[in-house]
Amino acid sequence: MDLTLKVWRQDGPGKPGEFREYEAKGISPDSSFLEMLDVVNERLVEAGDVPIEFDHDCREGICGTCGVMINGHPHGDQKGTATCQLHMRKFNDGDRIVIEPWRATGMPVMRDLIVDRSPLDRIIEAGGYISVNTGGAPDANLIPVPKPAAESSMDAAACIGCAACIAACPNSAGQLFTSAKLAHLNLLPQGQPERYARTIAMVETMEEFFGSCTNHGECEEACPKSISIDNIALMNRDYIVAKFKDRRKAGQR
Amino acid sequence: MTTLDAKVPAGPIQDKWTNHRFDMKLVNPANKRKYEIIIIGTGLAGASAAATLGELGYNVKVFTYHDSPRRAHSIAAQGGINAAKNYTNDGDSIYRLFYDTVKGGDYRSREANVYRLAEVSNEIIDQCTAQGVPFAREYGGLLDNRSFGGAQVSRTFYARGQTGQQLLLGAYQALARQVSLGNVKLFNRSEMLEVVLHEGRAVGVVVRDLINGEISSHSAHAVVLATGGYCNVFFLSTMAMACNTTAIWRAHRKGAFFANPSYTQIHPTCIPVHDEFQSKLTLMSESLRNDGRIWVPIDPDDTRAANDIPESERDYYLERIYPSFGNLAPRDVSSRAAMRMIDENRGVGPLKNGVYLDFSDAINRLGKDVIEARYGNLFEMYERITDEDPYDVPMRIYPAPHYSMGGLWVDYNLMTNVPGLYAIGEANFSDHGANRLGASALMQGLADGYFVLPYTIADYLADWLNVKPVPTDHEVFKEAEQEVDGRLKQLLSINGTRTVDSFHRELGKIMIEYCGLARSKPGLEKALAEIPALRDEFWKNVRVTGTEDNYNSELQKAGRVADFFELAELMCRDALEREESCGGHFRVEHQTEEGEAKRDDVDQAHVSAWEWKGFNVPQAHHKEPLEFENVALAQRSYK
Amino acid sequence: MTTTGRRQDTKPARRVPWIIEFYRSDVAKKWIMALSGVILLGYIAAHMLGNMKVYFGPEEINHYGEALRELGGDLVPKTHLLWIMRIGLTAAFAIHIHAAYSLTRTNLKARGRVRYDVPREYLAANYASRTMRWSGVIVLFFVLFHLADLTWGTTNPDFIRGDVYNNLIASFERVPVAALYIVANLALGLHILHGVWSLFQSVGANNEVYNKWRRYLAWGFTAVIVLGNLSFPIAVQLGIIS
Repeated sequence: MDLTLKVWRQDGPGKPGEFREYEAKGISPDSSFLEMLDVVNERLVEAGDVPIEFDHDCREGICGTCGVMINGHPHGDQKGTATCQLHMRKFNDGDRIVIEPWRATGMPVMRDLIVDRSPLDRIIEAGGYISVNTGGAPDANLIPVPKPAAESSMDAAACIGCAACIAACPNSAGQLFTSAKLAHLNLLPQGQPERYARTIAMVETMEEFFGSCTNHGECEEACPKSISIDNIALMNRDYIVAKFKDRRKAGQR
Repeated sequence: MTTLDAKVPAGPIQDKWTNHRFDMKLVNPANKRKYEIIIIGTGLAGASAAATLGELGYNVKVFTYHDSPRRAHSIAAQGGINAAKNYTNDGDSIYRLFYDTVKGGDYRSREANVYRLAEVSNEIIDQCTAQGVPFAREYGGLLDNRSFGGAQVSRTFYARGQTGQQLLLGAYQALARQVSLGNVKLFNRSEMLEVVLHEGRAVGVVVRDLINGEISSHSAHAVVLATGGYCNVFFLSTMAMACNTTAIWRAHRKGAFFANPSYTQIHPTCIPVHDEFQSKLTLMSESLRNDGRIWVPIDPDDTRAANDIPESERDYYLERIYPSFGNLAPRDVSSRAAMRMIDENRGVGPLKNGVYLDFSDAINRLGKDVIEARYGNLFEMYERITDEDPYDVPMRIYPAPHYSMGGLWVDYNLMTNVPGLYAIGEANFSDHGANRLGASALMQGLADGYFVLPYTIADYLADWLNVKPVPTDHEVFKEAEQEVDGRLKQLLSINGTRTVDSFHRELGKIMIEYCGLARSKPGLEKALAEIPALRDEFWKNVRVTGTEDNYNSELQKAGRVADFFELAELMCRDALEREESCGGHFRVEHQTEEGEAKRDDVDQAHVSAWEWKGFNVPQAHHKEPLEFENVALAQRSYK
Repeated sequence: MTTTGRRQDTKPARRVPWIIEFYRSDVAKKWIMALSGVILLGYIAAHMLGNMKVYFGPEEINHYGEALRELGGDLVPKTHLLWIMRIGLTAAFAIHIHAAYSLTRTNLKARGRVRYDVPREYLAANYASRTMRWSGVIVLFFVLFHLADLTWGTTNPDFIRGDVYNNLIASFERVPVAALYIVANLALGLHILHGVWSLFQSVGANNEVYNKWRRYLAWGFTAVIVLGNLSFPIAVQLGIIS
């Protein structure tokens, strides 16, 4: 199949950028979207040009490295699919595809389609962990976890940190990511001692970088793991409870 | 040729690790902050080591070429992690896990290391659970287990089909905590390009900032390489696009011995190649073999759709050949069986390059819901890639390079032969012998990072108390920086006509053809003639566009492929030298009448470690003899 | 690229009163918007129900107006309780607006100047959710007009203080005013349609079992309010009440 690509090109952080058009001819419908870009890039190099830089790694939809805006949809318009798992058979011969990087003040473009997602690491560093040093853990079966809680925790923990939720949000809010990370730990018994301190630290760090939630639900639609915005509600409640609770007297629970 | 000393402690196998922990030197808590440690890589091994060393109080610098530590390829492991908990009451024990792993590795691993691995496996599960890894649970709230290839007990802990992801997130979170506490300094989008030695010991590294191309040096008392495996030498593999050999290869060029490079694992359940432009193969977890049945049509000319072929005309070959393990035969065994079926022209799919993995029996027996709960995400992934619904038609699978058992040679303390240079996780060679069992990679990465290296590194560091690290303006660093810079400039200046990928693809074809599932003397000799020729062409005719001072993926790839050429040559030489078949290494000259691997325990029961002697000069061959005091060497049988 | 941990570069603890520190958080602002929204929704419902008395004739509605002023009976001085309610309502209204304004600014800043080239095709966000800012502004101006029209009488030449029934008819008899009321109430409908659903998210009231009812409730509540409110100008225009 033959395609026309309109791609954002930017030479480096803070540099001006522009859209450029490329022809992608003879693409196999069985290729993945990123394989299509590989083909375009290989031809660019053969022609002596600089290839289109994009983030990618595992190409199995799990590492969360890849992610671009495809025709106005984060990761393309197939639901629950990361860019690397999107296949060209979902497009038609002759299509014009606009490829843009994620856009948000908190995630500036580093090069072409690559953005800086390190604020997500900052959010985790603020409290997205259970403080347990190596070696001090009790036998694993001493901590029973009700199966439904383990399941909902796992639903949230499936987040791959690709930032499509932020890219999709009209407010560039980081709520789905942050709430998924919080729900993963806050729903488990192991996560209780730090539950409220964690929530405050992560929410307030998130707010330093990103916008606020207006409950559109676009993030859930864009999420390659279809993580539910119910997690956002849980985060909101935990945050408010955390703010009102006397944690010294009441304990953490 | 010298004989290597692995420094395995004396005593009965059960006591070796305990005694060794007591015998090793310690660094007292107040002194730990006087030490600098560099860790390269943030996968399971790197992140867990960085977190643990940070907790202990060392100053740790950790480097990753990803934008976040959480993206390392450990994240893609699907099936699970083994531990000898015996929660299922089916007769498991540390000794049995040890025994299975040595046997699974086709008796080419170091007994003491494997025993230690089995010993700490239980602590890993405890640690990860405490960190909040959402392992699968029974209704009573306790941990669930499943069975896995190469074992007759259920000892595999899992988190849906995303166990690697969840374990890595656990380690990453522990690392993030240490970063926030200031104990660990994290450098992302930074690729290590050189190990720096001073007076024979590792004192630091040279890294390149991938965003602005800046080259910088970092010094430390010890350097730990946790940079994963090198299967991308085959171009098409299940490894992530960026996985490479550069870090361990640079260390090898500086004197670290490379052990058993030819031991690579070909995983039986990957999605078959569909066309020329494919960049990457996708793994379907081995756990699928718990419920899926593997078959091919009996008649090679059968062109009917899978569901139209009646039961009587199907050959469930694993169940036929290996009745006791059946579809759960170990990876090397089932990969070779699949290869034989395809060689007999009984392959399925448009390119006749796959075998069926059929779930219809399991769906009929357990219901679609149960299968969906167990493998839903894998089925979805399969459907995305192939456009076929595995609930209705059987999956098509084919073996693909997946894991490299070989790596830098390390002693019992996980230190290479270069003092101060450690290799952990997949980057070392130690625990899996010639074949890795399913769900053991995660176990080994975390064992090394959480429970082994943090003890053993102190034994080395204790001698360097109050010695400052070599300053980064020392000439050894300046020289290394110049070398790195010169190499990058050289790659950029060739300005030939072929892309890096075209070379990589060609190298991959040579490797999979001659050094893949089956290896032969003439084939390997052919490869050893073709690879240097291709390498020379690369250095004359590669085209790398862009500049050095900017994000430049072509330049990154070029550096990695250049190292793959040298590694490929060594892999073939190692495969040629090893005159036996064992595990992932199958020499067609050495097989039983039934086509099974035939080991030579008299002449080949050793680790081959290779010493760099210079560019285009064959490496020197060293041996570490393997002694089996606890496991009786036997022909591996899964029948 | 070097990255540093959060705790090292975090600002020293903020020395401001708790409530201000609380209000600085966007999540808290949304919570306050939800709570003030509930107060305003309660008022809207009571207002609409009270106004239904217009269908029972002038005495009923005028008596209702008087009763509001005498709220609290003999226990409090006349109109005091009403004023307390008015102040509370105004405060809720003001903080609702301030939070919305402040969050909008945060969000515009978070989104940055460079927008996507391809117009977004929204999948989950509906018309109501995306127009909250505009429907909110329309409702604000409408409320000001409504107060001037029927409370202060400044825009109503036939205004007689205390004669609710007469004022209402006099106002709604003018076609442009009736049209304005209809448009403004449709905007209010859009606003509360998203608001009622959204407030459950903001306060974190969330349970798989009843989550679907949040949408139904939003639709039901909005329908009752909008139909009720629209009935007054329409009834006057059609001459059902005069």
